[in-house]
Amino acid sequence: MTVTSLGIPRRLLEFRIDGESVRAPEGSTILDACRSAGKDVPTLCQGDTLTPKNACRVCVVEVEGARTLVPACSRKAEAGMEVRTDTERARHSRKVVLELLASSVDLSTTPEVAGWLKEYEAKPDRFGPDAACVDEQPRIDNDLYVRDYDKCILCYKCVDACGDQWQNTFAISVVGRGFDARIAVEHDGPLTDSACVYCGNCIEVCPTGALSFKSEFDMRAAGTWDESAQTGTTTVCAYCGVGCNLTLHVQDNEIVKVTSPHDNPVTHGNLCIKGRFGYQHVQNRD
Amino acid sequence: MDLHFGDSKPTDEEQAAIDTLLGPPESSWEGADRSDADLRWARGGRAARDRRDLLLPGLHAVHDRIGWISEGALDYLCRRLTVPPAEAYGVATFYAMFSVKPRPATVLHVCTDLACAAAGASELCAEVEARLGPGSGVSVERSPCLGLCERAPAALAVKAGDPVRTAVSAPTTVERAVLAASSPDSAPEEPAAALAVPQAGDPSLTLLGRVGVVDPASLDDYRAHGGYTALRQAFAIGPAGVIREVTDAGLVGRGGAAFPTGRKWQATASQPDHPHYLVCNADESEPGTFKDRVVMEGDPYSLVEAMTIAAYAVGAHKGYLYLRGEYPRALRRMEHAIGQARARGLLGDDVLGQGYAFDIEIRRGAGAYICGEETALFNSIEGYRGEPRSKPPFPVEKGLFGKPTAENNVETLVNVLPILTMGAPAYAAIGTGTSTGPKLFCVSGSVDRPGIYELPFGATLGELLELAGVRERLRAVLLGGAAGGFVRPDELDIPLTFEGTRAAGTTLGSGVVLAFDDTVPLPRLLLRIAEFFRDESCGQCVPCRVGTVRQEEALHRIVERTGADAAADITLLREVGRAMKDASICGLGQTAWNAVESAIDRLGAYE
Repeated sequence: MTVTSLGIPRRLLEFRIDGESVRAPEGSTILDACRSAGKDVPTLCQGDTLTPKNACRVCVVEVEGARTLVPACSRKAEAGMEVRTDTERARHSRKVVLELLASSVDLSTTPEVAGWLKEYEAKPDRFGPDAACVDEQPRIDNDLYVRDYDKCILCYKCVDACGDQWQNTFAISVVGRGFDARIAVEHDGPLTDSACVYCGNCIEVCPTGALSFKSEFDMRAAGTWDESAQTGTTTVCAYCGVGCNLTLHVQDNEIVKVTSPHDNPVTHGNLCIKGRFGYQHVQNRD
Repeated sequence: MDLHFGDSKPTDEEQAAIDTLLGPPESSWEGADRSDADLRWARGGRAARDRRDLLLPGLHAVHDRIGWISEGALDYLCRRLTVPPAEAYGVATFYAMFSVKPRPATVLHVCTDLACAAAGASELCAEVEARLGPGSGVSVERSPCLGLCERAPAALAVKAGDPVRTAVSAPTTVERAVLAASSPDSAPEEPAAALAVPQAGDPSLTLLGRVGVVDPASLDDYRAHGGYTALRQAFAIGPAGVIREVTDAGLVGRGGAAFPTGRKWQATASQPDHPHYLVCNADESEPGTFKDRVVMEGDPYSLVEAMTIAAYAVGAHKGYLYLRGEYPRALRRMEHAIGQARARGLLGDDVLGQGYAFDIEIRRGAGAYICGEETALFNSIEGYRGEPRSKPPFPVEKGLFGKPTAENNVETLVNVLPILTMGAPAYAAIGTGTSTGPKLFCVSGSVDRPGIYELPFGATLGELLELAGVRERLRAVLLGGAAGGFVRPDELDIPLTFEGTRAAGTTLGSGVVLAFDDTVPLPRLLLRIAEFFRDESCGQCVPCRVGTVRQEEALHRIVERTGADAAADITLLREVGRAMKDASICGLGQTAWNAVESAIDRLGAYE
């Protein structure tokens, strides 16, 4: 049974979303309220286990009285607020932001983005064939995971997960600035020379597949990666007594990657190197 | 936090540079040789992490001494400050003036921004580069605005060593720039700050009255010219009285946002959380702006006094002066002024014997326009990347180190002195009903007498340009700098007030007035503006990070085209510009498109 902490009782705020009156507990974000009200607002950099950085700006909505659009993922709801999620202005910004992203990075492994591009009629091609894009080769310097920055949208989730929000290892950071900003370890060296402890929590939160298991990366390259043929089995990690839940993703009777349920009160989706990557012994059939 | 440091070791010189700033390491945990005592003692925790804000000064210390930051130096600095090396590397690579790759000890920054570009900076730069080839030991860097627009074109030479040497050459020629780079010590002294004030000596000046009149190095001279009477008045009426006066005077921020200063101070002063901080934003990096530099160089004590008054009003005992890294003389003058004020009891535990404690710490920027944004500036001081934070919460509630903070720019602060000496009603009588007081304007470009002008709000653009000796065949005027907007030569009757410029569909911004005659190729100028924003975007949010690149690309495509050939790209520019304005996190992305948009709409740039 999953135990969810209810916390102390919170006051309910009353405000309006798209003309409808809604109530949300104090401290909720506009996005929380939208989702409770059954409204879909696209998000990329928002994650269920992290404080959103509101860097991607895909979730912008209109709030009456605000000069600019506001990110629904991190703006707290206030009583009396008048929020509009689907105005021409908000849709225009989302469309352009999606075009800017899709024209500069490879979104082929980003879930849901193809649907949003269609919904907002985004045309990333209109910036021309010479539009600058993040042109990076995948960095493969260890057997556990691959960094493919061609797919990175700089959402900062890996930095936060590695840093003070979960892992406290602080092995990765954003370096450089502007369009040249990239995610990197210290001195931009290989992962093996860095402070990385290979917990893989950065892969867990990566929304685009820029960070992926070596197994997944290799299978994608070989054309054998098939999510529809995979099953997920949640079990308990056998390495120590903490009791972390593992979800084993299995294709053709082989474990291809390991995740952890985000609503698990022990892990919140995080694991250590053994739970995340130490599954080879399971399939050692000699 | 279990920090991991690589095997790289600092050189003796790098270590000495860091130890001069931080003192010698106390134990092997901080990089000293291991002793027996270290086996039974660990240093860490909050006390060690609390020194993170020394990261930027530490990076400066290494850079000043060596000229670049090596792996060993960065790791040693991280060990001393308990900062993860990945984060420190992210910080070091954020600033344009720092290099994490080996480069010559001498760097010559040649300004290629608006005023300098109009004065032929690109040809100058090419020739300087040709003269200072690979064997010269000088690295020539094309730089964004150096804040020397009244003396365009400008160059700044920085020679690493102990101590670091700098030489400013403006207006520069190929010979002068080469001389400054090859021997900064023998380069001619910069002209006095007063030369940037064509009205210097005019008794009617309020803010600039002392520039060129007092000796900027002498506290006594400052006091002989009315210095510290405003602070005495502040102590006489108390903090609430100061805030009341500033509010009644109608002072609004001069940095560009025009927020009422009294309201900001009141909101900070009334916060229950403590300590409160005062931050003076002296990071003016807006191309075309140089007023804060001239005030700091010509009348440094006025800023020290004004900061003391502001801190007293908001209940702060510590103030930070965040000063542009490209202003060596302003840095020297402010360091000297703060030191003198401290020695004479005008800063410290007991200011003027009134039992009020206040001191100022200077923080040098390292080349990042975005650090002029208030929350990015806080991050920079705290030792993080200079990326803006989302608002709310606003700085008055959670600012520097998460505490209530009042942040004001130099010009805003020095306005407090006349408010207290002449009284709020007399001050409010200057200017117009809603834009009160005197205003500084930075005039440069196609004028005979470029410099800083002080006029009461309400003078027209034409009157200001007349004063500066505008040249014939004026093509356009850029108001408010790169984040501002262009106006036409037939719009010179626009009153220079916040409401007047707003009514005319433009902005006063920080008071930049850049005049361009018809010899300046407009499309190239617009391209330079786009390049500036692309270069200065912090990269945090998508609309700004990618939008500035897409805009520059479109402007490149249409640089030689007009009319129907340019129409599709102009539509594209507008669509991207609108999203940037609406969806960017901070003012940089929100205003990056303004100047180009105004050039298209008001000047018909591509028709």
